[in-house]
Amino acid sequence: MTITINHFLVVSFLLFSIGLLGVLVRRNFLTVLMSVELMLNAVNLNLIAFSRRLSDLTGQVFSVFVITIAAGEAAIGLALTISLFRQRRTLNVEDANTMQG
Amino acid sequence: MTGAQAVPGALLTGAAGWLFVIFAVLALGMAIAVVVARNPIHSALFLLSSFLLVACIFILQQAEFVGAVQILVYAGGIMVLFLFVIMLVHQRGVRERLTFQHQWDVALLFVLAFLLPFLYVLWTERFPDLPQNLDAFRTVRGKIAGNTQAVAWVLYRDYLLPFEVASVFLLVAMIGAVVLGKRSAEKVD
Amino acid sequence: MRDLLWLVPVFPLAGFLVNGIVYLFSHRTRAAHPPADQPAAESSQAAGHPHAHVHLETRPRRKTLHTFVGTGSVALSCVFAFGAIFDLGIPALASGAHHVLNLWRWIPLGVNQATGQVPGPPGEWFVDMALRLDSLSALMIGFVTFVGFLIHVYSVGYMGHEAGYGRYFAYLNLFMFSMLTLVLASNFLVMFVGWEGVGLCSYLLIGYDYHKKFAADAGKKAFVVNRIGDFGFILGIFGVFALFGTLDFGQVFAAAASNPIAYAPWMTLVCLCLFLGAVGKSAQVPLHVWLPDAMAGPTPVSALIHAATMVTAGVYMVARCNVLFRLSPDSLLVVAVVGGFTALFAATIGLAQNDIKKVLAYSTVSQLGYMFLACGVGAFVAGMFHVLTHAFFKACLFLGSGSVIHALGGEQDLRRMGGLARKIPVTYATFLVATLAISGVPLLAGFFSKDAILAAVFEAHFPRAPWLPKLLWMAALFTAGLTAFYMFRLVSLAFYGTFRGTPEQDAHVHESPKSMTVPLVILAFLSIVGGWIGIPMLPGGDRIGRFLAPVVPALAGARPAEHAPAVSLEVALMAASVGIAMIGLLLAYLWYAKGDGGVPARLAARFPAVYRAVENKYFVDEAYDALFVEGLAKGGGRFLWEVDATVVDLIPNGAAAVTRGASWLSHFFDQYFVDGAVNGVADSLQGGFRLLRRAQTGRVQNYALVMGAGLFCIVAVYLIFR
Repeated sequence: MTITINHFLVVSFLLFSIGLLGVLVRRNFLTVLMSVELMLNAVNLNLIAFSRRLSDLTGQVFSVFVITIAAGEAAIGLALTISLFRQRRTLNVEDANTMQG
Repeated sequence: MTGAQAVPGALLTGAAGWLFVIFAVLALGMAIAVVVARNPIHSALFLLSSFLLVACIFILQQAEFVGAVQILVYAGGIMVLFLFVIMLVHQRGVRERLTFQHQWDVALLFVLAFLLPFLYVLWTERFPDLPQNLDAFRTVRGKIAGNTQAVAWVLYRDYLLPFEVASVFLLVAMIGAVVLGKRSAEKVD
Repeated sequence: MRDLLWLVPVFPLAGFLVNGIVYLFSHRTRAAHPPADQPAAESSQAAGHPHAHVHLETRPRRKTLHTFVGTGSVALSCVFAFGAIFDLGIPALASGAHHVLNLWRWIPLGVNQATGQVPGPPGEWFVDMALRLDSLSALMIGFVTFVGFLIHVYSVGYMGHEAGYGRYFAYLNLFMFSMLTLVLASNFLVMFVGWEGVGLCSYLLIGYDYHKKFAADAGKKAFVVNRIGDFGFILGIFGVFALFGTLDFGQVFAAAASNPIAYAPWMTLVCLCLFLGAVGKSAQVPLHVWLPDAMAGPTPVSALIHAATMVTAGVYMVARCNVLFRLSPDSLLVVAVVGGFTALFAATIGLAQNDIKKVLAYSTVSQLGYMFLACGVGAFVAGMFHVLTHAFFKACLFLGSGSVIHALGGEQDLRRMGGLARKIPVTYATFLVATLAISGVPLLAGFFSKDAILAAVFEAHFPRAPWLPKLLWMAALFTAGLTAFYMFRLVSLAFYGTFRGTPEQDAHVHESPKSMTVPLVILAFLSIVGGWIGIPMLPGGDRIGRFLAPVVPALAGARPAEHAPAVSLEVALMAASVGIAMIGLLLAYLWYAKGDGGVPARLAARFPAVYRAVENKYFVDEAYDALFVEGLAKGGGRFLWEVDATVVDLIPNGAAAVTRGASWLSHFFDQYFVDGAVNGVADSLQGGFRLLRRAQTGRVQNYALVMGAGLFCIVAVYLIFR
């Protein structure tokens, strides 16, 4: 089986789509956060594939940065989760609509 | 991993290619499970396996360092954080009644719609056939070294400033997380 | 000395850091350890609520530090500004010399291969952190630092008893830094940094009394309204970069001036975007609503930021980009119409305001309209001249009103003033001088700049609308009369007649300390002589015109600069404007100083609808509230994919909702609109904002979906048209 960059693009796209779908449709705030992590992972996959394809290490360095950002995002997101849960006793994103017009 | 030059532009061939297919299919399956699982703990575990499988793909790609970081940071750090929070807020009675919110149909259609431009680009765009340097990921100043050393060479020289900015970012995130957690505690008390 | 130009903005920045850090630490320690003389109950409160100590005064020694750092840094900045100007030499500046100081390479953007696919000269692509001193920025830094210094000195007296003295000076210094960055910028991006910086400081200083809700709200309003303008400005910057491949003023304007035909097609769009930024910053209709509310800030802030310097940044930007604007007659037309309309519109509102600072605020909006009118008819020099003179007399007026407010212990209502001329003579004299100057009394500063604008408007030529200049001229002339009227109404109500406040206030009235009166006197003096640098009648009298001439370079292939208007015509125009100003002054004096307001009261009674509309600022705020604030923020609403549900039972639900909405609206508007005809407007607005409100579900995922849909559209458009 010969794998080209297109295979990587397909996998990465599907992973990203699944993550996006999770962000858009899940009601549980925690699962939404996990889906965001999936999306970031898809980006990493892409970066690594192109890094390999172009024989350039920059892609790898960037995926390290992406992982860093993901860690920070998870920390903040989980702090928000706790904050939300303490105030509302729920993790349902749909209930957090104070900004409703 | 070896003999990748057989087809121009090939990244993996032979058994490594089949391994990639297996890992990729499993990772996608796990990702779907993350999104559809009812229980957040199940979601978290599926997510963990998805991360590990993607890390395997990284390692197949000779990006050993990123693969290791992926396992350490994601599987070791972020997932533990997730599990902590799930246990912190997990109570009987607050179980969600519905897994998906009611925009799911529109969202699904929308995500499928994104297939169109993606496939269009995939079919029309041809990536130039650049000569591949198989040892690019482990070459430091013309000598073969390890992948970690090579990444470090780039990270601490060319990307030193972004690296420092990332550290500030982590600091800010840490302070933010502490403040967010603390303030809501005050309000509840 | 010219290479020390970078010190001009850096001194206030250092002042900001020192004042800010000292304040931050004193603020913290005071919150933790209240002074011993505080009662125990209060101190425990102070510990519990970080803002409870707000009423404590700053300690004397720390106050001295804040004073010296705050005013000293601006004084040094002023010295270095003038040093750099004189080092380069005024004759040299007038002949087009300029000095660009490249501080560091800010954003390297790679190499432009000059393949023709991307704009700009071949070579490296970059944006530098660079300062530029030419005649335009020399004029600006000259008066910004000098007037800024005077206002800092004034603040020492005015803010002396306020808590948060250090915070005030820190913000004021930060403002000076941002403003000087703005005017010294050598490219659009550095200018944008200053532009955002002054917006931030404006927000911080309007909300200086953040524990008062109206002040905090006014700050937010200013910030949000300014965002609309900034959005336009940054789009304009993108446009400039896309067209020219560089953001450097020198390169952009040289390219545009040397090849007008190539750049003209896109220029209207770019200029209108830039002008949107100017409209926001300089409070022109329809984004004028924030400036009157900005009067919630301390009065010296109103003088410095919301009259003399920051709000003129829009005019400065348009004058700076005059080459671009001149490439697009349509955009100039828009500038002229917006400016002329704002001038008249705000002047009429100023007629019926009773808050002394509100009158001055609308006066500022109106005068800014004048400046844009000048720019719109191509008289950029006249516009900048008015910026300069306006800075002097409007700063003097605001500081004078601050002195009045100070004397009356915080009273701002003109109806409770009167007869102050004898009690606070210095304030009165300086206020009167500045009033005469803004009214256009001959030989004072405002006279020359205003007449330069009026003459330019009269002589202007719009190929697309030949009748427009005369109309604008009439509006401007009428505005001049209105200006004289409302300003003298203000003087009459405040300083003449008998005192109408409480006896306690009467006993309390006192002249302000020296630190406040000395700046007033200096500014009044400048309000007299400030215009003498631009006397058109004398041979060689138009010094400012010659000084700023290099800023307005000729376009390649354009007709040579238009002939100067005939002296006889100019004298005739001058006579007209002086005449109408005198009529305004006289009417105000007769009606308010002599006649106790009987005539205007009868006029108001005769035309109640007009009077109420003017008094309530034409209900613009109410309309915005209904349209954007109420419409978007309140009331139920679901999102678009619920449209299918809505569509099914559209008929019963829709009918009910429309009835509900209409009744709510008509109730809302009935409170404000007496006039039945205006109800029609309300009904037509209603359909629009029901749709807008529906979009605000408050759910993140809905927003994410819409964002993704937008992304999808962009990708699709890109793929189709690439």
